[in-house]
Amino acid sequence: MLKKNKHGFKLVSLLLVLAIIAVGCTPKNETGNSGNGGEAAAGKKEFRMNLSEQPPTLDPAQVQDQVSATVLNGIYEGLLRKDEKGNDVAGIAKDWKISDDGLTYTFNLRDDAKWSNGDPVTANDFVFAWKRVLDPNLKPAAAAYAYQLYYIKNAEKYNTGADGVTADDVAVKAVDEHTLEVTLNSPTPYFLSLMSFTTYFPVHQSVKDNEAWATDVKSIITNGSFKMTDWKKNTSITLAPNENYYAKDDVKLSKVFFTMVNDSGTELSMYQTDKLDYAGMPTGLIPTEQFETLKKSNPDEFKVKGTASIYYYMFNTKQAPFNNEKIRQALSMAISRQDITDKIALGGEKPAFGFVPPGIKGEKEDFRAEVSDAYFTEDIEAAKKLLAEGLQELGLSKMPTVKLAYNTNDKHQKIAEAIAAMWKTNLGVDTSIENQEWGVFIDNRNRLNYEVARGGNGADYNDPMTFIDLYTSKSGNNNTGFASKEYDDMVKKAYATDNQKERMEAMARAEKILIDSRAVAPLFYYSSVYMIKPGFEGIFMDYKGDIDYNRGSYVGK
Amino acid sequence: MSEHSLQREDFAKLSKEEKVPEVVVRESISAWKDAWFRLRSNKMAMVSLIVLVLIVIMAIIGQWISPHDYSTNDLSATNQKPSSDHWFGTDALGRDMFARTWMGAGISLQVGIYAALVDLFVGVIIGGIMGYYGGKVDEVLNRFCEILYSIPSLLVVILLIVVLEPSMFTIILALSITGWINMAWIVRGQIMQLKNQEYVLAARSLGASPARIMFKHLVPNAIGAIIVTITMTVPSAIFAEAFLSFLGLGVQSPAASLGTLINDALKAMTIYPWRMIFPAVLISLTMLCFNIFGDGLRDALDPKMKK
Amino acid sequence: MVRYVLQKLLFMIISIFVLASATFFLMKAIPGNPFQSEKNVPPAIQERLNEQYGLNDPLGVQYLHYMNNLLHFDLGLSMKQQYTSVVDVIKNGFIYSLQLGIFAIILAIAAGIVLGLIAALNHRKFLDAFTIFLAVLGVSIPNFVVAAGLQYVFGVKLGWLSVAGLNDPTDFILPVVALSFLPAAFIARLTRSSMLEVLTADYIKTARAKGLSGRIILIRHALRNAILPVVTYVGPMTANIITGSVIIEQIFGIGGLGKSFVNSITNRDYTLIMGVTLFYAVILMLARFLTDIAYGLVDPRIKLSRKGG
Repeated sequence: MLKKNKHGFKLVSLLLVLAIIAVGCTPKNETGNSGNGGEAAAGKKEFRMNLSEQPPTLDPAQVQDQVSATVLNGIYEGLLRKDEKGNDVAGIAKDWKISDDGLTYTFNLRDDAKWSNGDPVTANDFVFAWKRVLDPNLKPAAAAYAYQLYYIKNAEKYNTGADGVTADDVAVKAVDEHTLEVTLNSPTPYFLSLMSFTTYFPVHQSVKDNEAWATDVKSIITNGSFKMTDWKKNTSITLAPNENYYAKDDVKLSKVFFTMVNDSGTELSMYQTDKLDYAGMPTGLIPTEQFETLKKSNPDEFKVKGTASIYYYMFNTKQAPFNNEKIRQALSMAISRQDITDKIALGGEKPAFGFVPPGIKGEKEDFRAEVSDAYFTEDIEAAKKLLAEGLQELGLSKMPTVKLAYNTNDKHQKIAEAIAAMWKTNLGVDTSIENQEWGVFIDNRNRLNYEVARGGNGADYNDPMTFIDLYTSKSGNNNTGFASKEYDDMVKKAYATDNQKERMEAMARAEKILIDSRAVAPLFYYSSVYMIKPGFEGIFMDYKGDIDYNRGSYVGK
Repeated sequence: MSEHSLQREDFAKLSKEEKVPEVVVRESISAWKDAWFRLRSNKMAMVSLIVLVLIVIMAIIGQWISPHDYSTNDLSATNQKPSSDHWFGTDALGRDMFARTWMGAGISLQVGIYAALVDLFVGVIIGGIMGYYGGKVDEVLNRFCEILYSIPSLLVVILLIVVLEPSMFTIILALSITGWINMAWIVRGQIMQLKNQEYVLAARSLGASPARIMFKHLVPNAIGAIIVTITMTVPSAIFAEAFLSFLGLGVQSPAASLGTLINDALKAMTIYPWRMIFPAVLISLTMLCFNIFGDGLRDALDPKMKK
Repeated sequence: MVRYVLQKLLFMIISIFVLASATFFLMKAIPGNPFQSEKNVPPAIQERLNEQYGLNDPLGVQYLHYMNNLLHFDLGLSMKQQYTSVVDVIKNGFIYSLQLGIFAIILAIAAGIVLGLIAALNHRKFLDAFTIFLAVLGVSIPNFVVAAGLQYVFGVKLGWLSVAGLNDPTDFILPVVALSFLPAAFIARLTRSSMLEVLTADYIKTARAKGLSGRIILIRHALRNAILPVVTYVGPMTANIITGSVIIEQIFGIGGLGKSFVNSITNRDYTLIMGVTLFYAVILMLARFLTDIAYGLVDPRIKLSRKGG
């Protein structure tokens, strides 16, 4: 019996051996990230930020999320770039011409633009990339964001296989090596602003024969300020300056290092212990509850930036009692938005009474500055009256319990709880708040299987249309049942012209219709909170909250 | 008839005084009493029991003692330190932490106790059947248990909560779906040992029904192991719920469990430590007491049973 | 023995089949799809994606298709992490979970046995009470509190260790300690009680009577026997630790498989959900299987053909 027990020890020693093997398998840290103390202090130019998770893809055709886009924005460059103020400036295209009817765009590409492997970046690369995005048979999956290219003539038809349109019919062509010509369906004043969007990035033609190219550092050939040098799956990504980049002298950071830590508390601790140079939005998060303290302790590092996004509640207008406009108005008016932003959201958000957030360009300046969002005011007495009238119209004696749905998230939950409490105190309306798992929530919202639900929208491009066209009666994103002929007409009108004044008026009119109907109750305009270590310059957050580190540098404290 | 034979006259009736039954020198002690004596002499276990009882009482009445309701927001008094008004301080929405902590303790205990009850019910029946009938029945059920056991519990729990939306009921259901297997195996083992004992054979030869044998003879004898298992199930279910809270799948606000309270406070641990400390200490104390009491109970019920 | 192993393996295959089927239908019962986002893609594109991933087929067809692939050991491509095979996703994550798990188990065994021994050898003395108190405390604090506390004290306050990541060998210390807390406490209690039992056994008394030194008795005889229950506990515990480290992975920012698994469910990454579930199941089954075998080897009284409960 005693002899037999040796097996116990064998098992333990087996485990030890396994452990040694496991250590042997530890991916070696080639980036030397840990040594940020001594050697780095001398010429510290490395920039470290958190992505929170593994980018789902690094193929520009497939990117839909902020994490992937944050990496792509460093390694790829489109025809144009955006400067700190959000203006479109020359990128791979050195200049461009727009025809008088606003339909044809001619881009002249720079001669010295090169891929990271030294090949020249040509107009054909753009043609290849864009047609690839639109290819309905792209492997292994069609590009979900193909619709971002639908402005181009015949793009939608090719993508959906309508009318026998083929790739050759798509109106994008390389006039010569360095001239790209694009023809649009209708004048689109914001088309230029799309040229810096990930879906419009060029792709090296070597990817044709390699489906899995975007998962391997070796086959990722890029044309941006940086190139990828290391990708430890689930752990980190390292970028180094691209020596073939045409403006390589403007690239000052010696390295960009992305971690993938999915915990806001941990992220902040990493920032505080100098493992990160940047924490918070867009791809990371700082715990809301730490805002107040951090603002005081690190006033120079704590930054708040409006990000052209809106947080709102939507009503299912097909469902009683929310089919009654007065009831929707009452609920919307009985919310104290200032309390929500100041006491709960805490990140410098602004109370919202309109649907288009600040930061979106209008006719000349900011749309929100040109068109006031004072469509309604918070007024508890008026709300009570409206509620009573609404109930009477519906023949109800008492407001039934409202079901308020949101997807599982700490912040959404607190906001929902606070609003439920406001409705109770101000209107005497009971609310049951329902936390739903993300996929279930989206599904319920799409199927109009809700009463009141949380909504949030960011900008795809810098024009009010990115918000306004969500609520046309045919829009796949209008999950409220709201349908207004006048609204649709206004959107159509704005689409048809390139006269900015007319467009803005039409969209302002549409916004008023939407808000007056209260199919949506705007709550606040988002802002992003982030922290950046002193000494970094030229790293900024753009109008929609994307981070741009391409021209960043470290100048010392 | 020379031999003396017993005659009726040889016997005399006992007088009343003489009619005393055999004297029992020591009072007879039932197994239960014996266990109780042993338990009572275990000071640690008794202290734990008392603390547990206090926690249960507070979980029931605690939220009513507080001058504040557990769900009332007060945005003008968020994240307050403990004070004479808010004994445990307030949370990010200005809700009273004293009321919330005890409310949370109540929910956590309920999750633990209900999960344990389901385990008890299902586990004892299935385990009993496996152990008693053995053979084919045992084989099939055992295989079934093994398959269930090999499902990653995280999958079951998350899937169920996603499908059924999070509520205390869903959480208990999700925890019990695989929770009872352990109990079933323990009962099966016990019954297998017990069923070959003579008294069971005797009962069977007297024509007792299987159900009677099971519940009159086998289960009572296995009860020690069952009770001990339960005292271990309750805390592990409370923990499992806390774990779900960490993933955002716990009990839904404004209701709270100790797990959700701790998780809420975790991110602000360094700034508003009181929001974390009270529920964390309470959950640890509850665990501690359940464990010590469980150990004591095991020693008391069967000093030899050590597992 | 061979027959027993074959029988077990056959049963494992059947179990995998049943499990795969159950998971498949359960997973499909959840609303949602892999392509959802706050902003919906146009229906035509959505439709094409569904088509390409075979999500438009009747459920039965999808099921048969999946099972057929499974038969050929093809777990497919992840639907969310594009162009990446499920096997790669598992490999990328599991390497971290495995390392953490193995270190944690070794630490738990070492610490647990030492604590248990100290307790047993000081039976009913202060050290006994103290270690047992420690052990009970170990199973009484939720591990995310332990992890966050360790991270704060050693990472942020003292700055001795990094708060996250696994870039340096020292980075393993905090997550491994946090992960081994509970099993170490459990093993300590297990060792203590079985050691106490063994120390009063006849053969120990015999050994003592033979005049063997205390240390030899302790190591040669007592510990070897006392470790028996620990050995049988190690298998399932290892499996549990390796498959259940999601919280520790999240807090310490480690890209382990647990995180991928939780994300796969949120993302409705169907192929990945199936892949990880089956992978976990195989680990759990193997652990049970090896434990059975180890049990049989260690304790000759147990016949493998039939478990004695």
